[in-house]
Amino acid sequence: MSRYNRGNADNTAMDDLMSFAATGNALPLLHEVRHALAELLENNKTAVIDLGAIPFAPGDERVLDSILGEGEVHAVLKTLGESHVRETSIYGVWRVDHMDASGEYQSRFIEVTFLPEILKTHSTDAAAGLGTLTARLEEEDEKLKQRN
Amino acid sequence: MANEPMLSQLMKEHGVSRRGFMKYCAGLASVMALSPALAPRIAHALENAPRPSVIWLSFQECTGCTESITRSHAPTLEDLIFKAVSLDYHHTLQAASGHAAEAAREEAMKANYGKYVLVVDGSIPLEQPGYSCIAGISNLEMLKQTAAGAAAIVSVGTCAAYGGIPHADPNPTGAVGVSHIIKDKPIINVPGCPPIPVVMTGVLAHFLTFGVPELDELGRPKVFFGETIHDRCYRRPFYDKGLFAEGFDDEGARKGWCLYKLGCKGPTTKSVCATVKWNNGTSFPIEAGHPCLGCTEPDFWDNGGFYKPLSVPAGDYRKIGLAALGAGAAIGAASALLSRASKKKAALAHETVDAHDLEKPS
Repeated sequence: MSRYNRGNADNTAMDDLMSFAATGNALPLLHEVRHALAELLENNKTAVIDLGAIPFAPGDERVLDSILGEGEVHAVLKTLGESHVRETSIYGVWRVDHMDASGEYQSRFIEVTFLPEILKTHSTDAAAGLGTLTARLEEEDEKLKQRN
Repeated sequence: MANEPMLSQLMKEHGVSRRGFMKYCAGLASVMALSPALAPRIAHALENAPRPSVIWLSFQECTGCTESITRSHAPTLEDLIFKAVSLDYHHTLQAASGHAAEAAREEAMKANYGKYVLVVDGSIPLEQPGYSCIAGISNLEMLKQTAAGAAAIVSVGTCAAYGGIPHADPNPTGAVGVSHIIKDKPIINVPGCPPIPVVMTGVLAHFLTFGVPELDELGRPKVFFGETIHDRCYRRPFYDKGLFAEGFDDEGARKGWCLYKLGCKGPTTKSVCATVKWNNGTSFPIEAGHPCLGCTEPDFWDNGGFYKPLSVPAGDYRKIGLAALGAGAAIGAASALLSRASKKKAALAHETVDAHDLEKPS
């Protein structure tokens, strides 16, 4: 169900009507996505499209949602507010929605990639993780020594 | 606090991961209307840039610009104050007032001379210094004093950029914008009444990461003021098809048709209202059913009436504004004389408008 079809019985009809108002930008954007996906397969080149830079009406969102669909992966990042990283039913095409701590949208992207960069662990974070794990294991060793 | 290493250290102290930082930079790239591919460059610049001191001066204004910026969500004002900049003086937001506040300003100026960013909201009266003073110092004097040691000036709001509403017919205080007075510093105009919150914080973020952005002929950053609202308006297809609302409650209005005939200034107004939008990206005036007023353009208040279509002749207000900007009229007594002459001319041409006029069909 489109996000614009929500609401109670009284305003469902209006929501449904409004959900068809469109700028006509959805289909050209989807063609851009198709070109980007072909480029990913041929030249291993990734692409990011900023949905905040394009005029979109509810009808465009409806077209985008219905053609891309929902895929197999939905990851939720919990840093500086939530981020939702979802693969669409078109493999290799991802929706990345960043929200702030109060749940307001900060930025929205379509990424054409095998795995969005933001899901990968950065080496500096991995180094910090190594330090944390080492410290925790040392604590455990200390506890074992005290027990013995 | 100013000029210390910034985000990378602060992030570690607050337990923010690199992933969180990259999310923050992706948001900044979107706000700055830059390619998402530039997010890693923004991250690099923010990690290595010093934390600049910011002095914010408010002159003849309604505090709407400060109200607006405190509602910025990406980045939030708190983000900017605590992570990216050192806001050393803002007499509306700070607890200190009067001579104590002025001492803080002087201290920040002395410690960061030649390096701080000066943000100004509000116009400056040239008619009489006493029209607007802070702690007994006239706006003109305070602007000149503070601008002397600034690395760059950001004029926030149409009042600071072009004189705004105080400058409107008949301009009783002889109000002018910052660029009318200061000629020897880089000035970034961020007009709007008020400007979109994230555009203000986005300009500051752009200055931190890439320096002074590329500006248009009116001193506005092209990334935010490069296209008209009309170019990006979701109602544009109706304009192209010739489908117009003729009243605020007719069939066209209900169907969301173009508001051109109701006086929309979108075709001549440069801003990112149609894409960045307001209230955390919820909507913008045209989406709410009201024509654009053109508030990012000089003399928008006198530009022929908010509800008259652009095709109706608007008089010479726009020409006067542009000429004044281009020529950079002399300050001081000469400007006061000029503004008095303009005021007299404007008073003669002044039209009064009442609620009845607003209801008139075009």
